[in-house]
Amino acid sequence: MAARKLSLKQKYGHFTRGLDWEPSYQKKEDIFPFATFEGIKIHDWDAWEDPFKLTMDAYWKFQAEKERKLYAVIDSMAQNNGQLGITDARYLNAVKIFLQGVTPLEYQAHRHFAHLARHLPGAGLRVAAQMQSIDELRHCQTQIHTISHYNKYFDGLHDFTHMHDRLWYLSVPKSFFDDAMSAGPFEFLTAISFSFEYVLTNLLFVPFMSGAAYNGDMATVTFGFSAQSDESRHMTLGLEAVRFLLEQDEANVPIVQRWLDKWFWRGYRLLGLVGMMMDYMLPKKVMSWAEAWETYFEEAGGALFADLARYGIREPKYAEVAKAEKGHMTHQVWGIFYNFAHAAAVHTWDIDDQHMAWLRDKYPETFEKHYQPRYLAWREQAEQGNRFYSQGLPQLCQVCQIPMAFTEVGDPTTISFRVSEFEGDRYHTCSDGCKDIFDHEPEKFKQAWLPVNQIFQGNCGGATLPEVLDWYHINQGADNLDYVGSPEEAQWNKWMEGRRPTMPIAAE
Amino acid sequence: MSRPVSITLQNSQDGIAIADAIMADNPEAERKSFPAMTKIDCPGRLVIRGESVSELLGREWDPQEIHMSVISLSGTVDEDDGSFTLFWR
Repeated sequence: MAARKLSLKQKYGHFTRGLDWEPSYQKKEDIFPFATFEGIKIHDWDAWEDPFKLTMDAYWKFQAEKERKLYAVIDSMAQNNGQLGITDARYLNAVKIFLQGVTPLEYQAHRHFAHLARHLPGAGLRVAAQMQSIDELRHCQTQIHTISHYNKYFDGLHDFTHMHDRLWYLSVPKSFFDDAMSAGPFEFLTAISFSFEYVLTNLLFVPFMSGAAYNGDMATVTFGFSAQSDESRHMTLGLEAVRFLLEQDEANVPIVQRWLDKWFWRGYRLLGLVGMMMDYMLPKKVMSWAEAWETYFEEAGGALFADLARYGIREPKYAEVAKAEKGHMTHQVWGIFYNFAHAAAVHTWDIDDQHMAWLRDKYPETFEKHYQPRYLAWREQAEQGNRFYSQGLPQLCQVCQIPMAFTEVGDPTTISFRVSEFEGDRYHTCSDGCKDIFDHEPEKFKQAWLPVNQIFQGNCGGATLPEVLDWYHINQGADNLDYVGSPEEAQWNKWMEGRRPTMPIAAE
Repeated sequence: MSRPVSITLQNSQDGIAIADAIMADNPEAERKSFPAMTKIDCPGRLVIRGESVSELLGREWDPQEIHMSVISLSGTVDEDDGSFTLFWR
């Protein structure tokens, strides 16, 4: 009689439990030294439930197929001048922020999930972390291939790893991951797999990638959706990991709640960049930040936190603040980039009348009153040949590292500014959310590498702006400043001119 | 009212077949279209049956192939040989 075929659940059980073993001549705590120091108590690792039951054979099969599809699109872009199919060269600046900011994070995620794949005591979780580590490396590679294509035709993408370590706005995503990677394994899982991937990457990848498709950018939508199909697995890992921690011991609940509070707020601040990309940088728009926030946080996140309520978990602290700020946040972030576009590896531009009409429609309570007058004033200055660039350096938040441009909830004319004292020094944060995070771990956050402070201390190439920009490896006059007048604009106009049909000329 | 679960799929041939199968098998599901993607919300629970997708595609479709088409999801996942389920406990 032929052997009976194993069911998916049996096959997966053998893979994730059957291949593990109990150590006999070494102590378990010596093999897994990071498993206990956060105070998390696990009584039964086998109680971990694997939501996706991918065995290695299926994993390689599906991932290989994804790769084939993705590179078919990237090859087709390269062979058909796909970059000419995007709606407008300004759009590419959103892609630059994404590729400069996210690509190094994928690599960091790869590194740290490999670390978890070695150091988590449960075999099911170790296998999930191993697959995720491989996924993240793949995402990094596919993004580098996309960079490689766009770098031939657009500015600002020539040195993303160098910029990741130095450029002021890239310190925002960098510090987020540095914070998570220097935490323990369970905080990392809560930070990255749960808060970032489950609660927040929907906002990052889904509407933005749909927007990329809408703007004709098939390279980005393809790597984006290819990555996001893995994210669905990662998100599920995060949710299950949090549930597992909560179910194992009641003592884990307050620890996990504190992490949820912290990483919700850090993720929300980080997503300010993405919100700006959606509201300001996509010529053809899919949905506003506020709409995306309502769909993916208030609705989807609401269902999720209601599900976790049975363990004694509540919505993250300051979720209400994020809801209350949804009409302001992206306009304030765009303001920062507009003011500092001379020091960035992206361009910004005047918000034209049609775009303003869209913003008035999407933000009826806030846009016309608070932000439109500012843009009109900037436009007037630009028309007189005085395009405004801030000549000072901004105060940065000690935690999220974003320039202090956010305002008090309910008072959009007052900058939100908090101060903490630690060991006789004063530390500035942008919000109650960031102040709480600082006050809980001042020894950690006092070490933050803040770009502005480092410039003032003389650690960034020199005392003048051109010296600092050289140190960033920004090609001055090409990567930075306004879109209008940039080589990128001139190149784009030339391309578009070349694509117009020429009138037939009659022979004389 | 039970809380919604949600799945977002690529507008590829497979993704559209999966979305059609979900709509046929889950009477309470609601479908929303966006550029390049389709989001389906359903109160409480949503099931993707391998047989239904296979029938629509005209070939054998293994529920694990969902990995080729899914963009995002919200809910707890349960996967077995014949189906892929999302639910809130």
